[in-house]
Parts: sequence; structure tokens; C-alpha cells
Amino acid sequence: MKDYNEEDYLLLSGIQHFNFCRRQWALIHIEQQWEDNVRTIEGDHLHRKADQPALREKRGDKLVVRALPVQSRELGITGICDVVEFIRDPSGVSLAGEEGLYLPFPVEYKRGKPKRNDSDHSQLVAQVMCLEEMLVCDIPKAYFYYDEIKHRIEVIITAADRERVKASIQEMRHYFERNHTPKAKAGPHCLSCSLNNICVPDILNKRSVSSYIESRLNE
Amino acid sequence: MKKLLNTLFVTLPDTYLGLDGENIVVKQEEEILARYPLHNLEAVCTFGYAGVSPALMGACASRNVSLTFMTRTGRFLARVIGEDRGNVVLRKEQYRISDDEVRSARVARNMITGKLYNNKWILERATRDYALRIDTERIKKVTESLGETMKLLREVEQLDILRGLEGSAAVQYNSVFDDLILQQKESFYFYGRSRRPPLDKVNALLSFAYTLLANDMKSALESVGLDAYVGFLHRDRPGRASLALDMMEELRGVYADRFVLSLINKKVVNDKGFYVKENLAVIMDDETRKKVLKAWQERKQEKIMHPYLNEKIPWGLVPYTQALLLARYIRGDLDEYPPFLWK
Repeated sequence: MKDYNEEDYLLLSGIQHFNFCRRQWALIHIEQQWEDNVRTIEGDHLHRKADQPALREKRGDKLVVRALPVQSRELGITGICDVVEFIRDPSGVSLAGEEGLYLPFPVEYKRGKPKRNDSDHSQLVAQVMCLEEMLVCDIPKAYFYYDEIKHRIEVIITAADRERVKASIQEMRHYFERNHTPKAKAGPHCLSCSLNNICVPDILNKRSVSSYIESRLNE
Repeated sequence: MKKLLNTLFVTLPDTYLGLDGENIVVKQEEEILARYPLHNLEAVCTFGYAGVSPALMGACASRNVSLTFMTRTGRFLARVIGEDRGNVVLRKEQYRISDDEVRSARVARNMITGKLYNNKWILERATRDYALRIDTERIKKVTESLGETMKLLREVEQLDILRGLEGSAAVQYNSVFDDLILQQKESFYFYGRSRRPPLDKVNALLSFAYTLLANDMKSALESVGLDAYVGFLHRDRPGRASLALDMMEELRGVYADRFVLSLINKKVVNDKGFYVKENLAVIMDDETRKKVLKAWQERKQEKIMHPYLNEKIPWGLVPYTQALLLARYIRGDLDEYPPFLWK
């Protein structure tokens, strides 16, 4: 097992970008490009609600923690869980400063409604994997809270999910170490991408620049 | 394509800019003169000695709104720049190209090709549009020579040769520039370029337009993550935005010169709007500067077809688009830097 340097950790939030589009991830995480659109602004707004690290609630068997920083040495990733619910459970683990045994369940806040693709899903799986490693426990499920439907959705985390996330992170690291931004695979998802005008996906389908110059000069 | 937002030009002296919620407020002695939502602005440019509150500077930096301070006469003073955008990998590659004469020349020759091409078509257009007023024979000689030089440029790999060709092309173009002034000829004339200070009204207008364009270019380069101070044709000189100057070459004529010509030919500016200092330096009065800025904003909104992208964009986005294309070339997505070839 390889332990990564904390400095070389990838951001957990990137997994969602990566599964949405490899180039989008590289533009954000390698090239540090960002541009907001209405979707990202809505997302920020929503997360402002969840992002209150000092807020801690205890209700009966439930301990709700917000903005919890997590990491995985094994995967070499770090990030922040919007909300983690610790539920008292005999099969759980002990927590610093708490009596009894608890099992953690991450809740990720999302704008809009449940999506068809699994780009959000893998982010939740990665959070689960971080928590499992840090707390030395097994977490069978996690939740999405979708703002548009004001509902949470339960997600069962399978072994196959974990393998997929591992594979994604490995691929991300491969690009990251080479500082390489992969070319765009243009598609319908480009229309909803906030980085569309930084990425300019169509540019790669254009004719060569030299033929553009030659044809203009020979007019 | 990115959306073109407004630039707020503050020309009234002794005004103070502050932040109120999501708004920028313009104050004079505690009295609020105007209020604009920050999310509609792309840039703020102040002339005179207006102060800006630290809160507003912070808000501009975090929202990527550029903030520029100029003297009342339009000379650049300072700019507030937020956290560096873009990555070190892109910038290091830019530096590597800059350190390599041949690689620099390959980029710079395309920029100069753009300059000559655009200047050629400014002249060609004039002969077509004003055939009865313009000495077509004289102009034709220049356009033919520009065409010849452009063909030579394609193979140049030495910066000195490039500068030589560029210089002689500039002399040719300048020799007929005065012919393009078709109105108010008794007060607006062009004998040659004078900068510090500009010695006639046309030069005063050109200098001002170049400053505005340079600011837009600098902001555009930074927003795509390039270093505006490390150039290919213009070599490093402390405090000089060499890459912005390189990138401006292809746009000077088609963006700034044409703009100045239309101010004169459409009589947006007139003889009375300028004054001459004791040393013959020519300076615009405040009223004229305001008119020029207004026209500049209007020009930025006009749409054109981008010749390489084949996409309709406003003129104001041309600096950004070219900066983006340069970054794409440096990153290896494109085989050459595609200059803006206007016709």
C-alpha cells in the first residue's frame, strides 16, 4: 500500500468533476481555472447552509456534524463532508469525546434533483471510504440531500462502487503527476458545463491554424 | 463564448468608490452619486485621484473584476490584481518559449502577420468605400507591399528579422494613414507617431485608445492564466507588459486605429476638445475624454464574426478570445497561434 504525501493529496470534490468530464477536472484541478454559472452559484449558496463547522447538534441517538474535514492516506485524497450523521449503534466505533458507539453516515448536499449519471455518486463513495479509513469502521450506506425535492436519498455503497472510485482516483493521479490536461470529448454535457468558454471544446475539431493562415494569406 | 460585461469608467475627479452589499457606490464628499451592481461589471477604470475602499478592492479581486487606476490624462498608474489565475505549468511553458528565440519568433511572426493583414485590409476597405476621396494608386502600392512582407513572415525564425520587417511595414502603413482622415482635415492630421508626449490631436487619441486596449489585453491575459509581463517579440523589461504589447500588435490597427478614425470622421470629437501645453503636448479635455470612453464602450458591444472560431462575438471580447487561443496554443491544443485576421 502506498502512502501519499499530504501535499500531493487530490481533492475529493474533484472526483465528481472527473466523472463528469476528465477535461473539466483537469482545467479546475490542474490548471486552476474556474468560472461560475448559475448552477455553481446555486451550489455555493446551498453549501453555505451546510458549511458551518462550529454547528454541532445532538438529538437522542444522533450526533450531526457539519463541514467535517476528511482524508484517506491510502487513496491520497482529502476533502470536506457537508454533513456527517453519527448514529448510536452497537456495531459502531467509539468517538473522541463521546460516550457509546457510533456509525457515521455522510450526507452530501446537492442542488437540483437526483441525476442520471453517477458523477455525484462517486463523490459520496469517496467520502465513505475516507470516513471508513479514519474511523476504522464499515459504512454500508450514505445519503444525498437534494435541494429541489427537499428530500434525502439513501445510497447503498457496494464493493464495486469502491473499486470504481479507486480506479478513478488512480487515473486522476496519472494525469495530475504529468500535469496533463486531456482533450475534450465534446457532447451534450458541454452545454451545462460552467467551463465551456474556457475549455472551448469545439476548438479541437477545427481545421489546423496553419491552413487557416495560409488560406487567408492566399486570398 | 464568455459574456461581455460593462466597464465602469469613473472620470469625475475627487470621487471615492466604496462597497455597499453587492453594489459599488460612487461618492463625492459623503454624497452618493451613483450605485451599480458589481455582478454587471467586468472592469472598473478610474481617472483622476479617486480613492477606492479596501472592501471594494477585495470584492473586485474575488469576483475577478479588474480595477485600474489612471491619471486624469489617461496614463496608466496601477492595477489591483487578485490571486493568480491559471497554473504554473502553463506559465512555465510561456517562459520557456520566451527564453527560446526560435519558438518566440514562431509565435511573434503570427502576431505580426495579423497586424500586417489587418492593416492591409483597413487600407483596402478605405479604397473601396471612399474610392472618390482616396488616392487609390498610392494606397495600392502600400497594400501590395504589405502583402509581400506577409509572405516573407511565414518562414522567419529570428526576432531581429521579424522586427525589421515589422518596422518597414509600419513605415509604409503610417505613410498613408493621414489619407484615411476624411473629415476635419484642417485640425486632424497625422505626420507620424509621437508618444511622450503626443504632439497632435490624432496622436493624443491614438495614445489613449492604445492605453485602453492595453488594459483590456492585460486583464484578458491574466484571466486565462498567462503572465502579461513576459513576451515573445517584446523582450522583458521591468514594468512593461510585454506579452500584452505583443498581443496588441494585431489589434492596434483594426481595433484602435479604426476607432480613432471613426471618432474623427464621424465628428464625435472636434478641434475644440483639445488643448496644447507650452511644450506643444496635446491633451484632451475632460469632455472629449468622456465622449471617447462612451464611444469605446459602444464599439465593444458591436458584434463581429471571429475569423478562426467562426463565431459571432462582440468586439470587446476579441482580446479575451485571442488570449484564450494563445493559452490553448501554449498548452499544446493548437498547431500554431491563430492571429485575428480581420477583413
